[in-house]
Amino acid sequence: MNDVKCECGHVNPHGTVLCESCGKVLEEKEESKKLLDMRYEGSARRSQTYNKTIVDKIWNFFSSVKVGVILIVVTLIASSLGTILPQEMYIPQMTTPAEYYEDQYGWFGKLYYELDFNNLYSSWWYLLLIASIGVSLVICSLDRVIPLYRALKNQRVERHEGFMKRQRLYGVSEQPGEEAMSRLEQNLKAKKYHIRKKNGSILAEKNRFSRWGPYVNHIGLIIFLIGAMLRFVPGMYVDELLWIREGETKAIPGTDGQYYLKNNKFIFQKYDKKKDNEVFGAALDRAGMVAKNYQSNVTLYEKKGDTVAGESLNLKKLKEAKIRVNQPLKIDKFAIYQVDYKLDELSKMHLALQNKDTGEEIGTIKVNLYNPETKYDLKNGYFVELKSYFPDFEFDENSNPTTKSKVPNNPAFVFKMVTPEKPDGEVSFVAIRQTIEVDGNNSYKMAFKGVETKNVAALTIRKDLTLWILGFGGLIFMIGVIQGAYWNHRRLWVKIVDGKAVTAGHTNKNWYGFKRELEGVFEGTGMESPAEQLESGKKG
Amino acid sequence: MVALSSNLLYFAFILYLVATLFFGGSIKSKKDTAGSGPNKWANIAIFITIAGFVAQLGYFITRWIASGHAPVSNLFEFTTFFGMALVGAFIVIYFIYKTPLLGLFTMPVAILVIAYAAMFPKDISPLIPALQSDWLHIHVTTAAVGEAILAVSFAAGLIYLVKVVDQTKASKHTFWLEVVMFALMCTIGFVAVSSSFSLANYESKFTYIDKNGQEDVIEYNLPAVVGPHEGKLQTAAKFEPLAETPAIINAKKLNTVLWSLVSGLALYWLVRLILRKRISASLQPFVKNINLDLVDEISYRSVLIGFPVFTLGALIFAMIWAQIAWTRFWGWDPKEVWALITWLFYAAFLHLRMSKGWHGEKSAWLAVIGFVIIMFNLVAVNLVIAGLHSYAG
Ligand code: HEM
Repeated sequence: MNDVKCECGHVNPHGTVLCESCGKVLEEKEESKKLLDMRYEGSARRSQTYNKTIVDKIWNFFSSVKVGVILIVVTLIASSLGTILPQEMYIPQMTTPAEYYEDQYGWFGKLYYELDFNNLYSSWWYLLLIASIGVSLVICSLDRVIPLYRALKNQRVERHEGFMKRQRLYGVSEQPGEEAMSRLEQNLKAKKYHIRKKNGSILAEKNRFSRWGPYVNHIGLIIFLIGAMLRFVPGMYVDELLWIREGETKAIPGTDGQYYLKNNKFIFQKYDKKKDNEVFGAALDRAGMVAKNYQSNVTLYEKKGDTVAGESLNLKKLKEAKIRVNQPLKIDKFAIYQVDYKLDELSKMHLALQNKDTGEEIGTIKVNLYNPETKYDLKNGYFVELKSYFPDFEFDENSNPTTKSKVPNNPAFVFKMVTPEKPDGEVSFVAIRQTIEVDGNNSYKMAFKGVETKNVAALTIRKDLTLWILGFGGLIFMIGVIQGAYWNHRRLWVKIVDGKAVTAGHTNKNWYGFKRELEGVFEGTGMESPAEQLESGKKG
Repeated sequence: MVALSSNLLYFAFILYLVATLFFGGSIKSKKDTAGSGPNKWANIAIFITIAGFVAQLGYFITRWIASGHAPVSNLFEFTTFFGMALVGAFIVIYFIYKTPLLGLFTMPVAILVIAYAAMFPKDISPLIPALQSDWLHIHVTTAAVGEAILAVSFAAGLIYLVKVVDQTKASKHTFWLEVVMFALMCTIGFVAVSSSFSLANYESKFTYIDKNGQEDVIEYNLPAVVGPHEGKLQTAAKFEPLAETPAIINAKKLNTVLWSLVSGLALYWLVRLILRKRISASLQPFVKNINLDLVDEISYRSVLIGFPVFTLGALIFAMIWAQIAWTRFWGWDPKEVWALITWLFYAAFLHLRMSKGWHGEKSAWLAVIGFVIIMFNLVAVNLVIAGLHSYAG
């Protein structure tokens, strides 16, 4: 493709509409227009120049702002659909989504579920939308940034008359004197314009940097999206849940056994009308119970050396910490959050071996419900064997005892009680509030004496190595939007032609403010401020 | 301290009302021929507005001292703060563009917002653990300021439309403009109805069967037009509901919405009967002297100024808080999604204006729609779709 040489001598790339240097109209069809489209300074853009191959077509598709806006609007509408009913992660955990949506919301819920709107934000088509916005951002920025750079860099002070005449703000004044020109210059300087002069012509320009704002903010967005994608790279992201009982020490999941945590105590506090700020009284009366604090007091350990299976761990204490909501514990790249709790989980059960006739108690055993022993010796020939243990007892479909989970929600035991009278032992099935005897005429029983409980804390272990990338993207985005939104690029050209001063002005936005500024600048110079050429003047 | 605080808010509210009257006066005043520049009336109006703002700032600070945390932690506090931010944003933009007419349109919106806020429980509430975070307060206040600046763009857009929409014949444009007016009437209706019945201490209790089949009790503060699922009125001599709702619908909220709509409709017809023309048509004389370019630019500038603030507050600070409080910076909670929708909408607005040349009227409509989305997030999402952010409505 041929470059285009302008009469001013500047060589422009193929496709250029306005000479990058002097602004002369190079494209014939632009020639007939009353006003120039100044959006990209008329410089050559790939998307406007080539449209042959499939690559060209894809490029042109994604570089179009119209397509960009459509993508944004479609994403916006799609996002709103996901808020009509709760997303799957917000429905109660123990339910089956298929049933839940239909139960709660009838046919609509069923439809919602069948359309997969219950997981809308991770659906392939939603991710595809976001990805297209990303592609569009990259292509549209590449399409414009280099041409814009060339055009803004190559500006000549003296512009072609055809260029000036086709600016929105344009005027012709009688030849001003030296004094008027220097007055104008001073006024412009007072308004922080940079001034370049040549042969008596002036180019006054300010805030050119604001033109880069959109590109900077789009780069910020792209960085953010890349960061969000890296989430799926193994090792970048850890999300684990750890249920840990008071007194328990556990390896912190996700850390490859490097760190261990001991839960010393879990604390749950409510607001108390008497002790807390009295202004809360009315609110507490209305709301009833209000939670004040969820806190796990923990000790953090690091494992030292390699341990072979079976050998006891060599743990080095690193620190004591209090993990509260909004105050996670940080180690290395990990943060440990307080997220859930369970109060008063059964931990030990006290049972007494009792003579059924006399009521005499031989002794009491304490069964550790997490890790019970198999034999409890009560001296003098009395002992109790634990034959079976069901921490979360229920009957299965064949009416056999079984356990739902390992959590001691409803413990049940099969004991064998051995006494001097019954050296072969008597078997008894003991659950909360019920005892079943196998042969129905035992002389001893295990009597319930009491329980010990412990609190359990749920902690989330999180590592997210993408955070700083996202933060960086966000920062760049903010810099870019502010740069583009809080400043505008304003230019004034003054050229002396045949004893007259020709003036033209351009701003990329906020024309009203620019016009007001120019009126101030021209005051007292005897020259007219360039006037609005747009019909109506209603566009801004 | 608490009493002082509420008195200051009350005082600010009165000052805003008075200021609005003065803004109205400054437009009507014959002395000022240009119509858009400030005159004596306008100077008094902006002075009173600032006084009101200072009083409300006083409310904010004293309430902060009394409760020990920034008062943006329940719906009443957040919404009043939004009203205050709106007045603040207006004051700033007033000094850039010196247009009293903007006051005549912005102040009533701020007043409505604050009146609406006052319908929620005003108790100072203690913070639950998730809310005990400085980042939360930074997030909420910045987001509210951003939304307030964007709301100024709505007010300016409305002025533009009132002036430019042809009222001599009925059209889509006149219709939708009236819908906006009707929505404002519904807010007034809601405030009027709620405060009358709460002054009269109206209370009716129902037992009903909730969506899980459990029996529960609910208390209405407005006469129940629609009652809860299998509801039984427990309070003697109170209004019996005309209809019953299915269990999945929150009958009390639906009832409130119905009351707002009905009272809004009644008000709207009343006003139309008195004016004998569309509300927007009767506002037209106020705007006849305004320069369209100027209001268009105010509307656009407000979006340009507000968009970055909104992004910072409603997305970036929100993510920082969410990362600390909820372990992840984003959770697709309805409130978050609607903040994202608002943000995408204004991004589309900026692109359309810049590249498709959507200036003037089109841009004004977009400013109105943007505000509708913001209010939707503030009202409907909090009260109806409610997620993690629901401040116990
Ligand atoms: C969520 C996504 C996006 C956001 C938040 C965003 C944000 C912005 C902002 C704030 C501006 C400056 C507008 C102004 O100053 O009035 C801008 C300009 C622009 N945006 Fe985007 N944008 C997004 C997506 C896109 C996409 C997908 C395209 C692709 C077609 C695009 C193309 C452009 C162009 C061409 C400009 C003007 C650049 C110039 O002035 O030279 N944007 N964008």
